[in-house]
Amino acid sequence: MNVKTPSRLEKVLAAGHLAVTSECGPPRGSDPQVIEEKANLIKDYVDAVNITDNQTSVTRMCSLAACIRLKQMGLDPVLQMVTRDRNRIALQSDILGAASFDIHNILCLSGDHQSFGDNPQGQNVHDIDSMQLIQTVRRMRDEGKFLGGDDIKRPPQMFVGAAANPFADPFEIRVPRLAKKVKAGAEFIQTQCIYNIDKFEEWMKGVRDRGLHEKVYILAGMTPMKSVGMAKYMKNRVPGMDVPDEIIKRLSGVPKDKQADEGIQICIEHIQRLKEVEGVAGFHIMAIEWEQKVPEIVKGAGLYPRPDVA
Amino acid sequence: MIVADRKPIEEIIEEVKGYKHILVLGCNECVTVCEAGGKKEVGVLASALRMHAMNEGREVQIDEHTLERQCDHEYLEEIRDRIDQYDAVVSLACGVGVQFMAEKYHSTPIYPGVNTTFLGATEERGLWTERCQACGSCILARTGGICPIARCAKRLLNGPCGGSSSGRCEINKDVDCAWHLIIERLKALGKLEDYEELSPLKDWSKDRAGGPRKVVREDVQL
Amino acid sequence: MRLKYPTDIRIVRVPCTGKVDVLHMLRAFEKGADGVYVVGCLEGDCHYNSGNLRARKRVEQVQKILDTIGIGGERAQMYNLSSGEGPLFAKYATEMHERILEMGPNPIKARRQQAA
Repeated sequence: MNVKTPSRLEKVLAAGHLAVTSECGPPRGSDPQVIEEKANLIKDYVDAVNITDNQTSVTRMCSLAACIRLKQMGLDPVLQMVTRDRNRIALQSDILGAASFDIHNILCLSGDHQSFGDNPQGQNVHDIDSMQLIQTVRRMRDEGKFLGGDDIKRPPQMFVGAAANPFADPFEIRVPRLAKKVKAGAEFIQTQCIYNIDKFEEWMKGVRDRGLHEKVYILAGMTPMKSVGMAKYMKNRVPGMDVPDEIIKRLSGVPKDKQADEGIQICIEHIQRLKEVEGVAGFHIMAIEWEQKVPEIVKGAGLYPRPDVA
Repeated sequence: MIVADRKPIEEIIEEVKGYKHILVLGCNECVTVCEAGGKKEVGVLASALRMHAMNEGREVQIDEHTLERQCDHEYLEEIRDRIDQYDAVVSLACGVGVQFMAEKYHSTPIYPGVNTTFLGATEERGLWTERCQACGSCILARTGGICPIARCAKRLLNGPCGGSSSGRCEINKDVDCAWHLIIERLKALGKLEDYEELSPLKDWSKDRAGGPRKVVREDVQL
Repeated sequence: MRLKYPTDIRIVRVPCTGKVDVLHMLRAFEKGADGVYVVGCLEGDCHYNSGNLRARKRVEQVQKILDTIGIGGERAQMYNLSSGEGPLFAKYATEMHERILEMGPNPIKARRQQAA
């Protein structure tokens, strides 16, 4: 088993297991219990937990502080970091701060535009972009150097991830874009929520044709639908989301109080199907404000118990 | 050109309500082309200011003048002999002209009559769109002649982001995704493989980030 | 036809209403006109394609400015008719006349007279 960092997620993947990650959104306040409660719901069912970084540009408790709490609970956190809010000085500084608490995973993102959030009049930074953040972390880890060229004492040991949206336009550059992220140094990928399985498989074929699945671990993004309303919202309002009509039809076909169960069932079926797709290395289950359902999904999909790699 | 947009008349009225003798000063360059601060807009604003004051029973004199440029010493000198008769000047030039006026006529209050918005082009009559952010080190050679710094809401150098949908930006369906345009152009040029070149971290020291900028050309200086 | 219309209306002839600028209308108000209305060809019938549409937009700009400075945007109006519609011309003139009678004189005119 060849691993470059102490990350549990990396070990699970390197050992050839299908990995399971999930995410927690930090609270809009300073109560540490919120994050701990969410973590306790899922900790035995996942290998690592992402903490989102002011997702949809809504101000929340910082990702780094929430990651530290998870780390202290014995979990393997994935620090999500967007380039929207920090320049290259702050990004490198936060990476070192995370490394000082032995946070071993990072997900490099550009971040939703601030116009979606609670401070649409704010400035955005975008000093560097997500690909350049990937390069930055890899340089800090592998060469032990800051962007400025100076040596880092005790460089960060982070397993470096990136996001991929197999459904955004233009579709023809979706595989080249992944190739570019791999070239930048991404070691794992967590995809956008997948509902259009056929299109995802088409993308995966393109990924395999270029041998990218052998260079990067691809975790398929899964978000269970709570209701037909949510499905319609995702389809019509969330940029870059591809929700086929048959999902909406299936959810509309059951009574309102059964739609949540149906959503979970669809999610489990999708995981079952994607487990068979060559190149899918695991699943990233984003149960948005519905963390209590993660155990049910993980068990239902036959991904429980989680392997012991420590 | 520099694109500007007219300030609401009520805002200008509020700024200059204490003055009796005002010069409304236009500029014959960019702001004339974008119909925000040329001779005609000077006439309209001056007329409105006159009528407003008269209607309130205030006696004011509002003169109109339009210079060839407000960003050049020689043209600004044209009004030197009469600047002292004015209590204030409303300049309809871009932010550059307003400041150059203020520097030159140090003791005369200057008020901006337009909001300077961006460096852009006239797509059609009445529609101007941004093209350049004057970042100081042009990358258009690598991006198919389309600037992601000016035209991508996240100024991504390695775009598009995941929010691009049917060629439109995630922030607004009326905004083109710059990276979609870049990819289409690279395709038309037969250079789509260039897309996979990673764009290096940008040197923003040539941008506003490096502080106020200066171009010094000793070869043309006298 | 010998149609009657109010006598206090002064007609300024232009080749096309597209020639009428915001500034022309504002100047008239500045000089004391109580109202200004532009009578163009029917929309879709402009010999220069869009002259009367431009005129309408300019009248709207003038209305906005007059409202902002407290003179009353209603004092500026746009009408459309064809050259064969004499009775309609007289009707619009009467309508405008009555509108102005209702609004009273242009306050600028009163101020000017006070000052003089």
